[in-house]
Order: sequence, then C-alpha cells, then structure tokens
Amino acid sequence: MFATYLFREISNRRKQTTIIAIGLALAIALVIIVNGVAAGVKSAQSSILASIYGVGTDVTVSEEAAVPGEGEGPPRFEFGSDDGATTDGTTALSQTRLSAGFGTATFDASALDAVTAVDNVTAATATLDLTNSSFSGEMPDFSQGMPQMGDGQSPPVGGADGAGGSAFSIDSFTVTGIDVGGAAVGPLTSTSLVDGRGFAASDAGATVAVLDSTYATTAELGVGDTIAIADTDFEIVGLVSSTSADATTAANSYIPLDVAQSLSALDGQVSTIFVTAASSSDIGQIQTDIQAALPEAKVSTQADLASSVSGSLTTASDLVSNLGTWLSVIVLGAAFLIAILFTISGVSRRTREFGTLKAIGWSNARIVRQVAGESLVQGLIGGALGVALGLGGLLIVNAVAPTLSASSSVAPAAQGMFGPPQATQAAAATTEIALQAPVTAEIIAIAVGLAVLGGVLAGVVGGWRAARLRPAEALRSVA
Amino acid sequence: MYTLTNVTKMYRQSKRSVTALGDVSIEIPSGQMVAIQGPTGGGKSTLLQLLGALERPTSGTVVLGESNLSTLGDAKLARIRAREIGFVFQGFNLIPTLTAQENVETALAPLGLQRAERRSRAAEALASVGLGDRLTHLPSELSGGQQQRVAIARALVKNPEVLLADEPTGNLDEETRDEIMDLLESLWRDTGLTLIIVTHDSAVAKRAERRVRIKQGKVHEAA
Repeated sequence: MFATYLFREISNRRKQTTIIAIGLALAIALVIIVNGVAAGVKSAQSSILASIYGVGTDVTVSEEAAVPGEGEGPPRFEFGSDDGATTDGTTALSQTRLSAGFGTATFDASALDAVTAVDNVTAATATLDLTNSSFSGEMPDFSQGMPQMGDGQSPPVGGADGAGGSAFSIDSFTVTGIDVGGAAVGPLTSTSLVDGRGFAASDAGATVAVLDSTYATTAELGVGDTIAIADTDFEIVGLVSSTSADATTAANSYIPLDVAQSLSALDGQVSTIFVTAASSSDIGQIQTDIQAALPEAKVSTQADLASSVSGSLTTASDLVSNLGTWLSVIVLGAAFLIAILFTISGVSRRTREFGTLKAIGWSNARIVRQVAGESLVQGLIGGALGVALGLGGLLIVNAVAPTLSASSSVAPAAQGMFGPPQATQAAAATTEIALQAPVTAEIIAIAVGLAVLGGVLAGVVGGWRAARLRPAEALRSVA
Repeated sequence: MYTLTNVTKMYRQSKRSVTALGDVSIEIPSGQMVAIQGPTGGGKSTLLQLLGALERPTSGTVVLGESNLSTLGDAKLARIRAREIGFVFQGFNLIPTLTAQENVETALAPLGLQRAERRSRAAEALASVGLGDRLTHLPSELSGGQQQRVAIARALVKNPEVLLADEPTGNLDEETRDEIMDLLESLWRDTGLTLIIVTHDSAVAKRAERRVRIKQGKVHEAA
C-alpha cells in the first residue's frame, strides 16, 4: 500500500513534485558546480605550485633580500672609455652578467647541511637562481666629434644609423643552478624530458645545460646547440617541459650548481633549499626546527607558498570559496525551504484525506511514513535532476576550460628585468593553466546526500504536521 | 454494544467554551440500525465522533463492547477504528489519486494483510456493492452514487462491528439516495452489524429501527 500510494501521489500531484524537484535540482546542481570548480581550482593551485617548486617539495628555505641601500639598485652594465671596438666612427659594446636577480638573496650553502640534519627530513637539495643579462649596442665615437662641435662644424657621424644615432639590445633569461648529484627534490622533479637527456652526477663541473622547452622554442635552440651563459658556451643536452599542462618550468635554463656558483662569483652560495618531509604530519615540526637552526632564513610550507600565489587563479579561488559557497548555501536553504513549505501546504490541502485515513484506522506513524516517503522520493528526483544539471554544468566548464594565471611572489627563480616575454614569464614564475573541474564520487555523494537531506527535512516537517491533525477533521469538514 | 454514560463534550472557541453534548446517556445494542437527527450544530456529528473513537469525551464514558473509548490512548483507539468501526462520509472522502480498488485497500492496510489478500478482498467488497467492473477507475471517473458505493465497500471490507454513516446520502439525488439506502439496509441485514446513520433526511431516518434526536446537546428518543 505504501509504495502504491506513494507512486500515485508522486505521479498525480505533478505540479508539487515538479516545483520541489526543480528547486532542489537547481540547488544541488549549483553545489556540484561550485564543488567541482573548487576542486579544479585547488588542483590548478597544486599543479602550479608543483611546477614552480617541484613535486615532493614540502618546505622551501630561502632568505629575504636585504632592502637596497642608497646608491644601490639593480645591477648595471658599466663600460670604461676604452671598452668596445671602434670601426668607422662606430663603437660596438657588449657585456654579459650572470648574477642573482634583483631582490633575490643568496646564503651560505652550509645551510643545506643544517636542513638535512633536521629530524624527519628525507631529502633536501639546494639551487642557485640567477639571471643572465646581456647588453649589446652600437654608438657613435663621441671622442672624435664632440670637441669639434662649433660654428659651421658637422655633427659626429657613425653609430648604428651612420648619422650619429645609437642602438642597444638587452636580453635576459633565468638560469638555475642544480645540484646534479643531489636528492630527487627541487624544480626539475615537476618536469618531463622532451628531448635529449637530463642531468647526471657526472655533469658536475661540466658546461652542459638543460633548457625549458618553451624557452628553447622561442630562442630557436635545440639539443646539440650551444647557449652562452656568462660568456661561456654551454652544450644543450636536454629539453624539459612542465608536467602540468600549459605551465612553464621554474627557469629558462638549468646548469650544474657548481658551475653556476663559479660563473656568477657566488661560490658556496645558494638561494633556495627544497625539502621533503617524511610525512605530511611532520611538516609543521620541520618548519619549526629549520627556523630554529637558521634564524635568518625564510622557511615556507606549501600552505605558505599557496598564499603567495596571485593572479586570476587566486581570484577564482576566492570567488569559489566566498561567493560560490555562500550562493550554494543560500540557494540550498531556499530549496529546502521551498520543499518544506510545499510539503506543509500539501499536508494542509490533504487534511481531509489524512483525517479520513486516521478515521479508518491508520496510525500516526503510518501517515508520517507516507508523507516522509513522498518527500524523500521528491528529493531524490530533485537530486537526480540536480546531478544531471550539475554534470552538464561541469561539462560546459571543462569544454570552455577558462584559463587561469598565477604568479608567485616568492618564486625561487631570479627576477628578470628585461628580455622577451617568454623569459619574463618564467622569470616571474607566472603560469597559465586551463581550469578543469573534476567529477568525483565525493561530489556525487554530496549531491545525493543533500537530496536525501532535503527530502527528509521536508518529510519530517510535513509528517509532524500530518501527525498533529486530529482525525475528527475529516468529519468536521462535512458537519 | 455502545454504552454512553453522562457524556459531556466541550470545545474551546476563542476564549469561551461551547458545550456540544451535555450529560448524554444512551445505549445502542449490537446489530441495531439507528438514525440520529437534529438541527445543524445540535451535536450529532460530535456524538458520531465519540462513537467512532475519533474524540474523547470531556467527562463521562463511552464504551464499545469491552473497550472504554474514553480512556484508551491514541494508538489503541486507532486499532479499534481499524478493526471494529467502519465510516461512511457525506463527501465520500475517497483519495483522489487512488483507484476504487486501492481506495478500498486503504482500510486493510492497518491490518497487516498481504497485498494479494488485500487486493482480492477489496475486489470482492467492490463486487458486493455492484462495482466489480470499476476496480481501476479513479474517483473522478465515477458518479456520486458510485463513489459512495466505493466508500461503503471501504467501510465494510474489514468486516467491522459498527458502521457509522455521516449524512451518507447528503450529496446524492433522490434516486441514488434510495439505491444507497437499499444497499446499506441490505448489508445491515446480511451482516448483522450495528448501523448508525446521522441524517437530516426524514426519508432516510424513517428506514431505521430507532430514531434519536439531538438538540442543543441533549438526546431525545423520537417516536
């Protein structure tokens, strides 16, 4: 009787069923979409963090750059009066610098030993983040023309245009020194080999380089070519790309750490230490212990790193966690309220029906069960519709795949000042990633749970209302 | 057998209390056909609710057989209504979404019968009121007289001791009224149940063995 009555009520009171189901469906679809997008944003954050800091990195150690004093600032290219070669009134100048980027601090590599000695640190490696900047230009030979600038005299000739003009080009790209025999942690762990080979322990001291494949494409370089870093030719032995789609690796190029230290005149210096913890529960203690061992250091966990990420990804994350969550709560609350009010209204409309059933011997429990069952089924119909709508919404999100960008303010890569867009992008650790909202069993379970909850809530309230009806109501309606 | 002793029923309306029945004492032997008449608001429906275990008296006792309906709890009253009392209402009170057979089955649901038995008994009951060919019809597909027949089948399918009918012909034309009364009377004679009918219609009341008038909450035996 329960099932027959329930089926007849659901199928014959279509208007009420439809309104309740649609209300719940919209709310549940919204919850699914918000949850899916939130999971996608979280995944994008993890992916971007991994591309910047490497897979398996739980803690990074760096040092805050000192505030520049008066007269200090970004490294400059300085030329003496005798520098450059002069031909036909034109002086050609060029200079290359390999240095820690402006705003990047280096510290003694012995810090790696202190970090490795901390309990529950399973792996640690150090890198040196540098910027290779090249200046080249042509200018007129002023030493010949300037003293003769008088009445009736010609201006100096020569220079890039042959008429006393000048031309300069400035190029920069990021270089990260990697401990080629070190632990499997650090920026290269989140890369995959595209061509050639990766570093081997035997590469220590060798002038070999591995390039980010995107940068290599822009610079028209490939395996077997050479790249000049600090006026030294490096053989390109491999190309790597980020394992996360659409993301670049942490630097444009990678060379052995000892070579990087030597060429940049930063012997015994490093800029970032990457640390892997034995387990996630140890991270807090490791952070505390490293901070105690290295008071000057800036010790960051993944959570700290996540907060350092900015850009549209962060905006999306904030939007999802704030507006999305509250919108879900409000719509869900409204849907539950609609379900409850419609159920109460249905019970009121069926006063005589329930009174009649009580008069012919139906117990309160049987009537409550009937009302609750109807509400539960309406909730489940809404849930099924909501899951379909929500999955449709996620399908659209995934088809559109909006691109989110993120940049890290504490990226280990040195900050570049000049150079082509690709170099600047990598140097600033700015990454773009297409949002993919996953559909998980957990999200579906939440949706079904909410549908059941909505149905049960409406059923409990409606059933309670029906149970309170006095059976004499049935007779009173005709008295 | 019903035994009502010094039964008073009062209702609260706003801030004042209204006496619907005052100090009523009456006996209704098993198997009797009784008509209850009286003006609107005189207390006849209240009396029917007390007899039907739908209300408890404010004071006095209502006894049906061995059960004191004045003191039993809700669950026990529901059980008595399920097993011993059948109701027929003026407005038929059928559930609009259920077929005729399913409507009759609702009276058997509290008895815990298997579905097959419920269905066969409901079909038999409908056949006994002349609706054996209308099992799958919804109430909206039946005439007023047919709907009342379904309601009678629903009341009788559980073989009750008592059938309480509240204006059972009030919504019917004269011809249908007579058909329904013929049906009720023949069922009463065949089954030996106690039939208590509340009615305004003297033509209906005249067919009863006993006529009781209620006016201003007091019971008067009619000649």
